Amino acid sequence: MTIQTPSLELGTPLVQPIAVAAGRGYWQSVGRRLRRDPVTLICAAVLILLVLSALAAPWLGLADPYKTSMIRRLYPLGSPGHLLGTDELGRDMLARLIYGGRLSLFMGVTPVACALLIGGLLGITAGFLGGRVNMLIMRIMDVFYAFPSVLLAISLSGAMGAGAENTLLALTLVFIPPVCRVSESVTTQVRGFDFVDAARASGAATFTIVRVHVLGNVLGPILVYATSLISVAIILAAGLSFLGLGVKPPEPEWGLMLNTLRQAIYVNPVLAALPGVMIFITSICFNLMSDGLRAAMDVKA
Amino acid sequence: MDSVIAVADRGGPVQPLLLARGLRKHFPVGGGLLGRGRKVVRAVDDLTLSVAKGETLGVVGESGCGKSTVARLLIRLLRPDSGTMVLDGDPVDEPHGITINELRRQVQMVFQDSYASLNPRLTIAETLAFAPKAHGLPAAEARARVRDLLAKVGLDPDNYADRYPHELSGGQRQRVNIARALALRPRLVILDEAVSALDKSVEAQVLNMLVDLKAELGLTYVFISHDLNVVQYLSDRVLVMYLGKVVELGPVEAIYGDPQHPYTRALLSARPSMDPRRRTHEAPIQGDPPNPIDPPSGCRFRTRCPFAEEVCARVEPPLTETGRQEVACHMRVAGSGHSKAV
Repeated sequence: MTIQTPSLELGTPLVQPIAVAAGRGYWQSVGRRLRRDPVTLICAAVLILLVLSALAAPWLGLADPYKTSMIRRLYPLGSPGHLLGTDELGRDMLARLIYGGRLSLFMGVTPVACALLIGGLLGITAGFLGGRVNMLIMRIMDVFYAFPSVLLAISLSGAMGAGAENTLLALTLVFIPPVCRVSESVTTQVRGFDFVDAARASGAATFTIVRVHVLGNVLGPILVYATSLISVAIILAAGLSFLGLGVKPPEPEWGLMLNTLRQAIYVNPVLAALPGVMIFITSICFNLMSDGLRAAMDVKA
Repeated sequence: MDSVIAVADRGGPVQPLLLARGLRKHFPVGGGLLGRGRKVVRAVDDLTLSVAKGETLGVVGESGCGKSTVARLLIRLLRPDSGTMVLDGDPVDEPHGITINELRRQVQMVFQDSYASLNPRLTIAETLAFAPKAHGLPAAEARARVRDLLAKVGLDPDNYADRYPHELSGGQRQRVNIARALALRPRLVILDEAVSALDKSVEAQVLNMLVDLKAELGLTYVFISHDLNVVQYLSDRVLVMYLGKVVELGPVEAIYGDPQHPYTRALLSARPSMDPRRRTHEAPIQGDPPNPIDPPSGCRFRTRCPFAEEVCARVEPPLTETGRQEVACHMRVAGSGHSKAV
């Protein structure tokens, strides 16, 4: 039996592929898709604005967010000198909302970042090594999973006492299990691909294989998931402050402001809702951005 | 640095390059949490084979008969439950032998799925340089080796080095996979259905390239395929597997010209003949292979064999020499108790 070779030189591709610019990588194409997605762009712009204004608060020429005034209490929106009115102690709302973004955003991002580091490490380890290691790590995570996340956060903060640091710690612990589970499942999936087997067959060290072949393929999905957790963290942190377990007065923080303003809800309901609006805007922007990222990355490369 | 330099022949041309004796791999399936009542899939049972230097050993069999498990056992992506391997005189993974890493430097593998076996996030050059760099080759030398490898598999280095897998066709990707397998300058390359997913014209090009590479680099192949024509074209010797067992093993002319085992004959008669006058009239085999979780007693082929007798259910036929090849069938063992025994 003979096999006929078409009259082509070895290596001449049958169809010349369309000339593509060399080095067009996965992340470049993700970036290009993101740039064509108006919702994600607007959300990102809003978030950047929030973060920048929170960071630059002292230089924005705002009123002192701590300065009380017994005669200027609960001014409505649009009052002269107080664009967004004043709270129940006569403090400027605009200043407090912008300063409040510092703590609220910090409390949303930090626990997720810490959980991403710890949970991601544990999850990738469990997923790549499999077997008993996987069993051990994932069953420990299941123990944390047994509690509803709000309850766990409340009981941890309650046990450790109020304060921003303890809230951060409690929220980090709450977010480690879900991040770990997502990391484990994507890593298990990637580990099953032949290119990981090929890398193992090349005799490379496990750490090198994970660094070169696994990380690049799992970080995207894990990051998308973590972005969606930020909104949950902001809401949880605000909830803890509202319950008096988080930040202590007179610190401006959206959850705490919601709590202290609730007495004013019959006098000036719009004013009382403002911190809630900030929480809503921030968390929906993080959620939509996470969706946009997922859509941009969800392509067969 | 010596780890990235090709390994010289040690035992001389007569010593087999790879010897595997009694390889066995059973996969546990289902079962209780504490391992009670577990069933096993007998993917490979007591497989013994040798690969001579410079030859191509073809491995054929139906899907699910354990061909891919054999490939993964030979390169130790799977740890065998039992059995030993000797690479050019050195026992593998034993106190006085060579390590598994050493084995993997000399034995490499090409996978079937050309897409899944390339990391979509790495360029072709990065994929090819991974193994040499992991073994300590400096970046500049690794780059040179990548260009050399691409040229060897017929891809223009200037055009392909910085591309991503999704920009390549199936045939080009499989060329890259072959190049990757050659990156550590191995002596033995296991080709697990390496051309099966390609269309015929591309398959022919890649096959011819494999033949050329073998001659140029002095390689030895284990060529696993379900395509009998391709195996015949490429192989010096052929091993026929059925349900994790070797049923027949011998030179390609003997297996294709004078098959002894009823299963081999059925396989060969099942392939479409190029010449109508030479079509055989062997009864084709019926049905699917039995479940490897609970294989038949005695000869595993007896449930589909037209010549099965009482002895076939009772005794497992040993691999027996019959002239030019080895066969595991009671009909070829004198005094086995089979009515058609020689």
